[in-house]
Amino acid sequence: MINWLANPARFMRLSATTLRWCSWAAVVVITVGLFWSLVVAPPDYQQGDTVRIMYVHVPAAWMALSIYLFMAVASAVALVWRHPLAEVAARAAAPVGATFTFVCLATGSLWGRPMWGAWWVWDARLTSVLVLFFLYLGYVALVNAFDDPSRGGRAGAVLALVGVVNLPIIKFSVDWWNTLHQPASVMRVDGPSIAISMLAPLLIMAVGFTLLFAVLLMLRMRTALNERKAMALRLNAGVAAPRQAEHEGAVSAHTAIS
Amino acid sequence: MAAFFGLFRRDLSLALRQGGDTGLVLGFFVLAVVLFPFGVGPETDILRRIGAGVVWVAALLAALLSLDRLFEADYQGGELDLLALSDLPLELAVLAKCAAHWVATGLPLALISPLLALLVDLGPAAIATLFASLLVGTPALSLIGSVAAALSLGARRQSVVLSLLVLPLYIPPLIFGAGAVEVSETGDGARAYLLVLGAISLAALAFCPWASAAALRQALE
Amino acid sequence: MVFAGLSFRLPAGGALLLTGSNGSGKTSLLRILATLIMPTGGRLFWGLAPVEGDAAAYRAQLDLVGHQDGIKPGLTPRETLMFWAALRGIEPRRSPGLVEAALTAFALDLVADWPCHWLSAGQRRRTALARLVAAPASVWLLDEPASALDDENQSRLERIIAEHRAAGGRVVVASHTPIELGFATSVALDAFAPLPDDAATG
Repeated sequence: MINWLANPARFMRLSATTLRWCSWAAVVVITVGLFWSLVVAPPDYQQGDTVRIMYVHVPAAWMALSIYLFMAVASAVALVWRHPLAEVAARAAAPVGATFTFVCLATGSLWGRPMWGAWWVWDARLTSVLVLFFLYLGYVALVNAFDDPSRGGRAGAVLALVGVVNLPIIKFSVDWWNTLHQPASVMRVDGPSIAISMLAPLLIMAVGFTLLFAVLLMLRMRTALNERKAMALRLNAGVAAPRQAEHEGAVSAHTAIS
Repeated sequence: MAAFFGLFRRDLSLALRQGGDTGLVLGFFVLAVVLFPFGVGPETDILRRIGAGVVWVAALLAALLSLDRLFEADYQGGELDLLALSDLPLELAVLAKCAAHWVATGLPLALISPLLALLVDLGPAAIATLFASLLVGTPALSLIGSVAAALSLGARRQSVVLSLLVLPLYIPPLIFGAGAVEVSETGDGARAYLLVLGAISLAALAFCPWASAAALRQALE
Repeated sequence: MVFAGLSFRLPAGGALLLTGSNGSGKTSLLRILATLIMPTGGRLFWGLAPVEGDAAAYRAQLDLVGHQDGIKPGLTPRETLMFWAALRGIEPRRSPGLVEAALTAFALDLVADWPCHWLSAGQRRRTALARLVAAPASVWLLDEPASALDDENQSRLERIIAEHRAAGGRVVVASHTPIELGFATSVALDAFAPLPDDAATG
């Protein structure tokens, strides 16, 4: 299937239809999710209504990590199998991932102020997510720092793979070090320890954010592919005119003879 | 083997012959540390508290200065092509260059650190731990830095991109290096920190030449 | 895409001359032959075996002299050649002799111990070319080798190439200035430029 998708033209046709469907789905799911989180879900017995920040903070964190994983996989595919769309996908995903990471850090900070009394603490999880944010920014800076865009894409691919070591550190940091941050309550070996009334809106928001990511990814990939096509057409306009004339001349000569 | 040492010797003699590189790095190191008392005030209590971190951060920034020259000259001059085609695997070539880089920059930084420790009023136990931590940690700085240098080869504003890439990756050695010194004042805890720092350097030794070589091959394409 | 539909064979003692305008892909083709660039399509064979199978063995047979000289200004020609000989796996016993032969072949004896930043552009080019003799290999890939060389030194180079071919070596030369190679297959890369519609979708 990945090979089948490799043709840019086919991807463009497929994404045109999928995009509309996904956009609507994203709007609906996020609206439902927000309503559920902000109105329907119960307040926490300790934190009261501030717990509702969790419904944005946690899915954003999941997206921040998953998008980086997506970028790393796309980079591996680009480097090893030279799939033409893989590099485009990784570059398109990066700013979206950076934004989700920022949202995670910002909402976490807003949540931390009433809970811990500080806007920021230097504990393991916060620090490693901050490092993830810098990795995203570094990736974006690197791919845009070259005059030759394909060189930038390749360098970024290697960087994305090198930075993957940060992901397990973030995931397990709350277990390895005594931290202020809450330990894992959903992605655990024994199953989630969180109540279903809170788990449901959390999962809905996660699905909504994933759809949003898919929409943004497709939009950015389509734009990038259109840009490349435009550049290729311009570059060949310089070469095309004389060769085209030669080509046409040859064809018409052939027709005249037969 | 002869190829590995040949490359190590060549890079080292070039670095020493040009002399300026080591001097610049050490000069920056000293200046950066000296700036802090001007910024935070000369009270020795404060300086002693932040001293370990100050010296480590200054060492990081000084190490950063010499990184962009690690591969750039070879890339511009065409030697990188030849290294990629030579008998020596590119990973070992990277290792040889990092080793030469460490001897020319990291090692001098570690050697001069006791002097700077006096400027921030660290006690004798702390000075010894600082020296040890820099000795153990600077190889990691050269190795991790080589990955960033390889990735940003040929970029516009290479030194800026390099700094953006490498400083987040320098955070683990910084945490354990400065942490070792802070703990040394109060007892034996420094050993654990130094061991982790050594582990980081060993992990960098295993991983970074491979990553840098991959980045270099992409740069040559 | 720079060129398409290109195919050739190079027998022992053969020479391939690549000509073409700037941007036609001469350097890219040489770098593909050196396995520094992977082509988007097509395969490279050494004998009957494809090169991907054992790229290291193939690379051990080649010598590349690219656009740049590959010289450090702080080292002397002798030191440079000794270094590259070591890197190409020449045993330490043999290298001094080979390096001396290389320096003599390219008339560098007088400047052999001067730091390279004292040398003229032509002398540096000759030092770069001297690698071909100091670290012998059977396939020579030369990119604009005669640039910066005067007539006398160009003739010297042509003689050395002819000797190499007589001994069974192969040479691929990219040059936009005339170079005398004797019997050689000539490939004009402009003729292999892709058609506009291919390039846009490729």
